[in-house]
Amino acid sequence: MSDQELSEKLKTVSLEDNLEEDFSSLTKKKKSAKKVVFEDEIEEEANDEFGGKYLHDAFSDLKKKKKKSKKPKAFDENEDEEMGEKAEDDEFLDLSSIKKKKKKSRKNMAAFEAEVADGIDDKDSKAKADVGDVWKGTDRDYSFTELLDRFYSVLRENNPELAGEKRKYTIAPPQIVRDGNKKSIFANLPDICKRMHRPPEHVIQYLFAELGTSGSVDGNGGLVIKGRFQQKQIENVLRRYIMEYVTCRTCKSGETILTKENRLYFIQCESCGSTRSVAPIKTGFQAQTAKRSVARRAAE
Amino acid sequence: MSNLQNLQSYDPFADTGETDNQQSTYIHIRIQQRNGRKTITSLQGLPEELDQKRLLKAFKKVFACNGTIVEDDELGEVIQLQGDQRTNVRDFLIDEKISKKDMIKIHGF
Repeated sequence: MSDQELSEKLKTVSLEDNLEEDFSSLTKKKKSAKKVVFEDEIEEEANDEFGGKYLHDAFSDLKKKKKKSKKPKAFDENEDEEMGEKAEDDEFLDLSSIKKKKKKSRKNMAAFEAEVADGIDDKDSKAKADVGDVWKGTDRDYSFTELLDRFYSVLRENNPELAGEKRKYTIAPPQIVRDGNKKSIFANLPDICKRMHRPPEHVIQYLFAELGTSGSVDGNGGLVIKGRFQQKQIENVLRRYIMEYVTCRTCKSGETILTKENRLYFIQCESCGSTRSVAPIKTGFQAQTAKRSVARRAAE
Repeated sequence: MSNLQNLQSYDPFADTGETDNQQSTYIHIRIQQRNGRKTITSLQGLPEELDQKRLLKAFKKVFACNGTIVEDDELGEVIQLQGDQRTNVRDFLIDEKISKKDMIKIHGF
């Protein structure tokens, strides 16, 4: 393959959201006849997405080449559904979706990346068999998808850590148990703190500041919070904590450590080595919620 | 000489007036639980030049809730509103162009 083609390919790998356009521009004229079929099939898929996908899986052996070029499109269409599903299963605290919620486009892209990697996973065995050798013995031109597959399979073989999709930063969902009428217990706080490499005190301080309450730590390390809180609410706060105090701004990894120097907190990233300062936790204004008579008695 | 543009003195290290404003003008919207399902929303860090009393009056009318202004030793005047008005307050401040979206911080669950 020529250098030019390689560089083109690399460009498209980095700009994966532009994949479709690139496909259309890069597919050879030769394919024009096939392309008509391709569009028809997409319409079919739009009509019944899942059915279309399976149908097309069944045909995959017949039209391997087409499948590869089509895969991204199919995923694009299914993505909305997938997002719906994700939203539905709330129990799983997927921390990588923190930012995705805000920036839909990025979510699309990240999901898409994962999808592409998955697709290649499926095809891995096949890919090794046919990609790289399809054009051997023939003197036809290589198609873009063939080259892309070849690139990924070679990359996978030689350094898999580059080809793999980004590991999602996940943490077990917080377990919130109601203790009586007015208190909630955050049972697995030590676990979560360990996963985040943060001292529990710091996390507790943040939780109390955000929720505007107080509480204490019980015998097993669980946190007793004053007030009624649901798992979802704590999850939200935890998400924000992770965004602010755990993830590295430069490389988005969660492998960071928190250090304190001259009253200032710094987080240092373990994977890229960058350091940034983080704001200290401020409680802010606390409104008086207890009865005044009770507060007065407590003050005495 | 000084009317030549190139020779006018310009200090590249002077403060642009943006950075130090940014930290101080965050508007914090917090929520606190009261007894039962009840909550209080508090609004802290509003710019000084605003008339808090008039703002509170507008809040009360638009959100149909009661509220009060509390004097705090450190934070100055803080507006308190009954119920969870966090998104309401944020939308109001943005719509009335009192503040920008990224200058408002919402706390709480």
